[in-house]
Amino acid sequence: MTHLLAQLFPPSVLRPMELGADASIVIATVAIAAFLTRKRRWGWLWREWLTTVDHKKIGIMYLIAAMLGLFRGGVDALLLRTQLAVPQNTFLGAEHYNEIFTTHGTIMVFFMAMPFIFALFNIAIPLMIGARDVAFPRLNAISFWLFAFAFLLFNMSFVVGGSPNAGWTAYAPLTELRFNPSVGENYYLLALQISGIGTIATGINFLVTILRLRAPGMTLMRMPLFAWSALITSSLIIFAFPALTVALALTMLDRLFGSSFFTIGHAGMPMMYVNLFWIWGHPEVYILVLPAFGIFSEVVATFSGKALFGYPAMVGSMIAISLLSYGVWVHHFFTMGAGAAVNAFFGISTMLIAIPTGVKVFNWIFTMWGGRVRTTCAMLWQLAFIPTFVIGGATGVMLAVVPGDYQFHNSYFLVAHFHNVLIGGVVFGLFSGLYYWWPKMFGYTLNERQGKWAFWFFLIGFWVTFFPQYLLGLEGMTRRIYIYPHGLGWSLPNLVSTGGAYAMGVGFVILVYSIAYSARHKDLDLTGDPWDGRTLEWSMPSPAPEYNFAVLPKVSTRDAWWTMKQAGRTSIRLGEIEPITLPKNTGMPFLLGLSFFVAGLGAVFSWWPVALAGLGGVLALLVWGWFVETGDHVIPAHEVRRSETLPGRLEA
Amino acid sequence: MPVCRALCKRLVRWIVVGVAGLVTAGCGSHYVVLHPAGPVAAEELHLIEMAGVAMGVVILFVLVLYAVTVLRFRERGGGPYLPQWNGSRRLEVGLFAVPLIIVAFLAVPTVTQTFALDRLPPGRHHLVIDVTSLDYKWLFFYPRQRIATVNYVDIPAGTPVLFELTADSPMNTFWVPQLGGMEYAMPGRVLPLYLEAGRTGVFTGRSANFSGVGFAHMVFTVDAVPTARFDRWAGSVRRRAPPLTRAGYRGLLAASEAPRETFSGYPSGAFPQSSHGFTLQGGMYVSR
Repeated sequence: MTHLLAQLFPPSVLRPMELGADASIVIATVAIAAFLTRKRRWGWLWREWLTTVDHKKIGIMYLIAAMLGLFRGGVDALLLRTQLAVPQNTFLGAEHYNEIFTTHGTIMVFFMAMPFIFALFNIAIPLMIGARDVAFPRLNAISFWLFAFAFLLFNMSFVVGGSPNAGWTAYAPLTELRFNPSVGENYYLLALQISGIGTIATGINFLVTILRLRAPGMTLMRMPLFAWSALITSSLIIFAFPALTVALALTMLDRLFGSSFFTIGHAGMPMMYVNLFWIWGHPEVYILVLPAFGIFSEVVATFSGKALFGYPAMVGSMIAISLLSYGVWVHHFFTMGAGAAVNAFFGISTMLIAIPTGVKVFNWIFTMWGGRVRTTCAMLWQLAFIPTFVIGGATGVMLAVVPGDYQFHNSYFLVAHFHNVLIGGVVFGLFSGLYYWWPKMFGYTLNERQGKWAFWFFLIGFWVTFFPQYLLGLEGMTRRIYIYPHGLGWSLPNLVSTGGAYAMGVGFVILVYSIAYSARHKDLDLTGDPWDGRTLEWSMPSPAPEYNFAVLPKVSTRDAWWTMKQAGRTSIRLGEIEPITLPKNTGMPFLLGLSFFVAGLGAVFSWWPVALAGLGGVLALLVWGWFVETGDHVIPAHEVRRSETLPGRLEA
Repeated sequence: MPVCRALCKRLVRWIVVGVAGLVTAGCGSHYVVLHPAGPVAAEELHLIEMAGVAMGVVILFVLVLYAVTVLRFRERGGGPYLPQWNGSRRLEVGLFAVPLIIVAFLAVPTVTQTFALDRLPPGRHHLVIDVTSLDYKWLFFYPRQRIATVNYVDIPAGTPVLFELTADSPMNTFWVPQLGGMEYAMPGRVLPLYLEAGRTGVFTGRSANFSGVGFAHMVFTVDAVPTARFDRWAGSVRRRAPPLTRAGYRGLLAASEAPRETFSGYPSGAFPQSSHGFTLQGGMYVSR
């Protein structure tokens, strides 16, 4: 018993910060449970959300998870920046700091950016291409619940058993048992493995959805750019994620079953882990940023009142980026002695990516040229993105100059660069998409005035945080150090950087406040088309009805909805409405996620009976789901007619 | 709105002062990457400057184009509304060609210097130092001099030094910014790194790859001294310092930080004689 308690609650989870987290988790859980019980909402929660296979609701759940991830990852970031604010600071110890930068990176990539992207895929893609749902709705729910339970498993490490502490990259042999005996790395390996299964399924799902479920007449070259970005991202996921699966699985075998794939002893090859990790890791960068490119392409066209400039070049450059992305992974470790020829090859291939990316930037600018640019919040994030991303991309080219990289590698110059592209590219893009598609999700727009406050705090905070970090890199400061002495010239830039991080935190708080405010003071979108949009999702009421399209649209051009509006073909005829068949809700995906969670938790602590029970549950649910469970439900035509009459778009 | 304008003006002034303050705060010696003390670091800085200037031009061009576009075509900007203008073959070819030319401009020196800095300058006498990263300390062996040091390393100024790097610990990188860029110290491999101090001086080095709790303290100094003084120092270490025994080496393996130490002699086999893998170039570094 004492042994078990010591295993579950080592000293590293009994520090005041962790105990505070324990307390707030208990309070929040009790509060939510009490609320649901008092309002008799448990059944509603189960029927409407936990068992849903509706892509829009799944998207909203991804979005909630992403905001939670942004909160946790952001608090981690503020803790790190607080520790680094002044030299010789004693706010966090080395062990604590190492855990927090590990969870910061891991959460921001896997449990903030990825779910945020899948949220917007789920919400927008079927609507944009004129589909009633994704190709495999139940698989979509499975993807979500695997992700959600993996997120839970990963976050549990903070309060039970201890956090991972080898960096989000988890390089071997630092993750080897002899250097890293705590269970923290097991949490990392299992949680990422479980969410990775869901991610690969999502990639397959959206690839098939986009290839097979487009509305009649929507050829590939008539698709909105966001759909193109989702298609290319899905293909990247399918080809890149298996490398991560292998890297994590072999590390897990090393740690749990005593194999020696990446160990120092027994002729293990630690560097092979680094290769596998980045063979996934670099395409992953584009898995994150291509959807943002897609969002920007929609937003810039809509708010310029003009078709996207150079559509074929935009598509071609995304495809080029996705192909090049497989050929650049060594640039993450030019300094691992691959030799001059290899380094030169990967330096050049990396620089080549700047060409299609440059083409895209120019095309976004020329989309605005000759347009009428409306500076809504969605557009502001796009306007902030262009200069930010150009500067981040330029420092990326500087890193691709191999001998230069020998000085930049693992320094704060690198830290500044990747935050510059990941925040300036991905996060700005996701915020832009959040503002853009919010009315389609919930039926009301977010408050613009508050949104602008959040925007300015976040943008200025961003530059105040990361510009000094470029300077710190030139001053020789390396990443992941928890303490530094006086007299190196690092003190002032670090202090400024910390101030900027807090400004970003204020921006995030305003955003959350604004979401709560907008939900209480709804600025309803009664038209379904609040932005004067160009693509099909704006052709339906807001929020989108369960069946999406009362009548599947017929597409004859790019920007199909814009063309329909120009031609005055915006209404639906009564006679065209037919009963609509949709898949039934199912509890199987939720239970499957739960079983994976049990299996993962068992493996983390090497409680094999628990792990096997979890895997047994997985197997049973798969068999049940495969052979037993079936079913659709039909929405009768009169119900569709009724809900379509409300916005007054129905013609007799 | 005058209040707002005044506020904006003040804000701009703060930003300008802030940026200028940051850039100049200890401008000079604190920016170690910008103050090379040897030919390798100088060559790397040269490429960094070239890339920086090229990228600066690109950034400036895009920012100006962007600013003009946004100002002119904002709702009250008065630019013409051209909703049909959504493609121009000539413009797009140009926009493709310009980055291509810039990349080509950077690619050529990148390739030549990548090859040049990967080998020792031919025809010059060089010193070999074998470096092992341990849990949270640096161990230096001088195979010709048969001496060893911990957390500091003396080198003759003006002589190319071949650092051969390995690790008996998780991975680290060996980085002395003023002498040149870094290279990994990895278990099971020996990676070469050629550096040279062009002048005498004391230079700080550190590990740039996270390796555990003591990682932040993996700092060492490189003392570049005139060749004659280096030879005298090596001779006196050989005569006076105690040897590093096997038990002593095992003691260094314990995960801890360590003070500077000096040894005459070290156990043979403490540094790998060969490296498996694909990293060494044509045996050049193995034959010594």
